[in-house]
Amino acid sequence: MFNSWLRKGSIILAAFVLLFSLAACGTESKETPTTEGAKEQEGSSMELSGEINIDGSSTVFPISQAVAEEFMALYNDVNVTVNLSGSSNGFKALIAGEIEIADASRQIKDKEVDALKAEGKEAVEMPVAFDGITVVINPENDWATEMTVDELKQIWEGGSTVTKWSDVRAEWPNEPIKLYGPGPASGTFEYFTGAINGTKNESRKDYTPSEDDNVLVTGVSRDKYAMGYFGFSYYVENQNKLAAVSIKVDESAVAVAPSVETIKDGTYKPLSRPIYIYPVKSSLSQPEIQEFLKYYMSEEGQALAEEVGYVALPAEMYEENLSMLP
Amino acid sequence: MKQLDAERQMRRRKRKNTIFHALFLSSTLFGVIALGMLLIQILSDGLGWLNWEFLTNNASRKAEKSGIKAAIAGTLWMMSITAPLSFIIGVSTAIYLEEYAKKNWFNRFIQTNIANLAGVPSIVYGLLGLTIFVRVFGFGKSVLAGSLTMTLLILPIIIVASQEAIKAIPVTQRNASFALGANRWQTIIRVVLPSALPGIMTGSILSFSRAVGETAPLIVVGAVAYITTLPSGVFDKFTVMPIQIYTWANLPQEEFHHVAAAGIIVLLFMLLSMNAIAIFLRNKYQKKN
Repeated sequence: MFNSWLRKGSIILAAFVLLFSLAACGTESKETPTTEGAKEQEGSSMELSGEINIDGSSTVFPISQAVAEEFMALYNDVNVTVNLSGSSNGFKALIAGEIEIADASRQIKDKEVDALKAEGKEAVEMPVAFDGITVVINPENDWATEMTVDELKQIWEGGSTVTKWSDVRAEWPNEPIKLYGPGPASGTFEYFTGAINGTKNESRKDYTPSEDDNVLVTGVSRDKYAMGYFGFSYYVENQNKLAAVSIKVDESAVAVAPSVETIKDGTYKPLSRPIYIYPVKSSLSQPEIQEFLKYYMSEEGQALAEEVGYVALPAEMYEENLSMLP
Repeated sequence: MKQLDAERQMRRRKRKNTIFHALFLSSTLFGVIALGMLLIQILSDGLGWLNWEFLTNNASRKAEKSGIKAAIAGTLWMMSITAPLSFIIGVSTAIYLEEYAKKNWFNRFIQTNIANLAGVPSIVYGLLGLTIFVRVFGFGKSVLAGSLTMTLLILPIIIVASQEAIKAIPVTQRNASFALGANRWQTIIRVVLPSALPGIMTGSILSFSRAVGETAPLIVVGAVAYITTLPSGVFDKFTVMPIQIYTWANLPQEEFHHVAAAGIIVLLFMLLSMNAIAIFLRNKYQKKN
């Protein structure tokens, strides 16, 4: 009896040892190529080393990731990590001193500035790109290609009574309007409600919300009578499935469609918004962070922002960012 | 007349049986078909993107250069802490509660709380881990903090599963052991545990699978979405496969949805192999006993 249990026990133990030594082997063997790769390129890299930790908005994440990827190809000994726990959590991590740079799709709030001050810190605001929130309709929708801000407000404001397209303009189809938009935790939601409805975070609630913009894309692309809004990059990638609404600031204004040009020169109003990074001021003296920010604001950095679907800022805004470096 | 009634009743009963047979069969098929459809869709989306580069590259802004290396390493690191720790603590707790604990109000209170903990949403564990392990204990956003959070998350499930397995051992077996002069410890280690082991292993490995697939608590605890270095110790930063997949699936570019599908295939492969080990171990020990 005892022997048989001992045997069973040892088999299980062996199985576990095998499992975890396999796991350990797996990690070790995979580690080797990186160090080799790093050695190969050592000659080309300058003498910068250290760690840069970024966290915050998932909207800014693609730009920070792209910049980090290219920056690390230049400087092998610098490790950059990027996370996307959301603008607010990014600021919290900045306050807790866990990261050096916060990504944000909105400006820092007063109480976040105060919390930083309480820790003896200060954050520097650097806009890095424009995002044009795009109002989209189904490509088969041939009536609502131009809308005024007022009409959008009628549709989206809290307690809106619009249920059919004909409720907005009498000549539009007498069909129910199906609405898709980001959920209330999103920075896009906050900006859209602020710019269109006049009050931040106030919106009608009877629409289909999703934190995953791809769900919104699919929803609007499958329904002729649907309408939704989300970041410009999701429209650019799905232009064959969606149409963008041109927006008129008021009745007499010219309708402007979202495009790289109109977002950049500011004529796409009022839904074009800057997105930011907030490096903590005390870290600006660290050479690797300084160099990283310089790269972020360089022409390569701007090209990367455009590559991942955002609109680069006018050159003078990048220069202003750089002027804040010591 | 009476016979006619009986016949009618018989027909009715048979019909009822047929209806429920069909109902239960369709319930079973529902799950199987859903899994089949999921597999077909994922395989057709991702199989073309699955190759050696995908397993050995880091994440990238370019879909064709993207890989899952750091995430695989992170998941293995996390599990190499979470699995033994949660197994040892979980099984010990189950043994205490089933074999040693007296049936008083205090132990009933513990028991109820463990059952309730098993139903707490995973994000709550994430917030708990962030407060306790990351900030109070000062582990930072590290492999260790993530692993301990995951240990907490799956502990209640392991405890409950192990308790059920231990409960299933007939009391006569224990009595036989006591009758031969064995004390409680000897009975547990030589009689109860060997018989309960298959059930304990099945429960544990299924909950390890849950830990491998969790995203939300690790995002909160600070596993990062983009990292190019592999952890070399428990205080290093890390990422795990579900976070990497979630990040890809959220990107606007269509190609990244294929990359995400390829990541899901790797994750599914890992989960299915773990379940296969569970089944293998169970069958092996069931036969012996």
